[in-house]
Amino acid sequence: MIRLIDVYKEYDNGSKALKGVNLRIDDGEFVFLVGPSGSGKSTIVKLITAEESATEGRVIVNGYNLNNIRRWQIPFMRRTLGVVFQDFRLIEKKTVRQNLEFAMRVIGAGRREMDKRIPYVLELVGLGGKADAFPNQLSGGEQQRAAVARALVNNPAMIIADEPTGNLDPARSLEIMTLLERINALGTTMLVVTHERELVNRFSKRVVSIKDGNLAQDVQKGGYQL
Amino acid sequence: MRKRGFNLGYFLSEGFHSIFSHGLMSFAAVCMIVACLIIMGSFSLLAVNADQMLTKEEEKNEFFAYIDESCGEEDISRLTEQVRALPNVASVAFTSKEEAHDAWVESHPGGVELPVNVFRDRLVIHVNSLEQFTDTVTAVTSLSGVADYSAHSELAEGFVLVRHAATILATVLVAILAAVSLFIIANTIRLAAFTRREEIGIMKICGATDSFVRWPFIFEGLILGLAGAVIAFLLQWGIYTAVMNALADSGVLTLFEMVPFTAMWLPVLGMFLLAGALIGTVGSGFAIGRFLRV
Repeated sequence: MIRLIDVYKEYDNGSKALKGVNLRIDDGEFVFLVGPSGSGKSTIVKLITAEESATEGRVIVNGYNLNNIRRWQIPFMRRTLGVVFQDFRLIEKKTVRQNLEFAMRVIGAGRREMDKRIPYVLELVGLGGKADAFPNQLSGGEQQRAAVARALVNNPAMIIADEPTGNLDPARSLEIMTLLERINALGTTMLVVTHERELVNRFSKRVVSIKDGNLAQDVQKGGYQL
Repeated sequence: MRKRGFNLGYFLSEGFHSIFSHGLMSFAAVCMIVACLIIMGSFSLLAVNADQMLTKEEEKNEFFAYIDESCGEEDISRLTEQVRALPNVASVAFTSKEEAHDAWVESHPGGVELPVNVFRDRLVIHVNSLEQFTDTVTAVTSLSGVADYSAHSELAEGFVLVRHAATILATVLVAILAAVSLFIIANTIRLAAFTRREEIGIMKICGATDSFVRWPFIFEGLILGLAGAVIAFLLQWGIYTAVMNALADSGVLTLFEMVPFTAMWLPVLGMFLLAGALIGTVGSGFAIGRFLRV
């Protein structure tokens, strides 16, 4: 569960990214976070992943109060999250399987656990036959599937997808969004940051709209209204 | 919450892998460590040899206190005990003028014939430390019954000066070279971390602890440091032996006997390994810090 309570964020250069945002995302939800560039979407993601801290207000992520979290606890908080980036961020010199092993080894997983979990996740994202392929041997859609698999492999409570379809054509974007919806149906909370109006409208999920650092709209089964 | 495990095999393999993934920089770092260690080692070995020479000279170090002709046997015995009781006096031996004459004749065969009366009864005094040589001479000559003395204070002071200068020079050089080595290894590791900054970012966002990210780089630095130390040790051995043989063949410095490398290889190897390991781990520890702030 995510809770942002009256959160303000002002960067060192004086720009005010968030101006009193209140947001609650319950376990199992699928939420689109939408808004124009510079509206504060990325700041919310960075607050949730503890890459930035709030200037004011409270941020609670999966039971961790990030206002008074200790530095050594941050990695353990992050293990409750899986993050998918617009630019995939796969390690080019590692195969798909090795990319997933890399993510699992980070949290101390053993070989047996990896051999059990990775084939399952790859099958889930439709890359069962591509385990030994390197990222540059995959299409854009497949690379993003691999990135989703990596985010999912440690069985996080929540996946944050930051513009996951930004580098994909409409057909591949639809595939990725369908995949995220399927993962959500299996119980993983999903926060998808996007500004792709058609996709948002097509999936009819909860839509949280951010504009100029304020929460402009929060609609269940809504559409892209900004 | 999964425990933070220390996966030695993984950290070592990542460290080795990283070394070969930017081989040229690693090679440069090892070369610099080798160069620094050889320079440090050469000065240290020079200092060891200088110290040995000085110790030998100290062992031989003595001066004469000539006894007043008016002193009888009892006076001489009392004076001997008084000298023996002085600080820094290692030993005192009485030599009569006849014995001094015989020694002169023996050491100067075919030389000028000198009458016994030219010589004087004397105390031959050995000192413990050259550093207090002048003070000891002053203390002895102030005793009643000592008519004159013969001492090479300037030689003793020269030895002390050389030893102090060598110690200071070696310390300064070792400090400078250690700092240079640290800087180079830190830059090598910083470059390695920079080329892997995206990986580090992914690791951090996946939940890697700082120590999990840091260990492979620490091992990389350690491996580079130890590799440099072993190579430097072997080269140092070769260089030292070659210099020793060259000096022996040329007949230069026949007065001094160099300490054979085989007599000190173990402490030298230990010192090199310790220095290499310290330079490698401390340097990489410094370098990786800012890449962890994700």
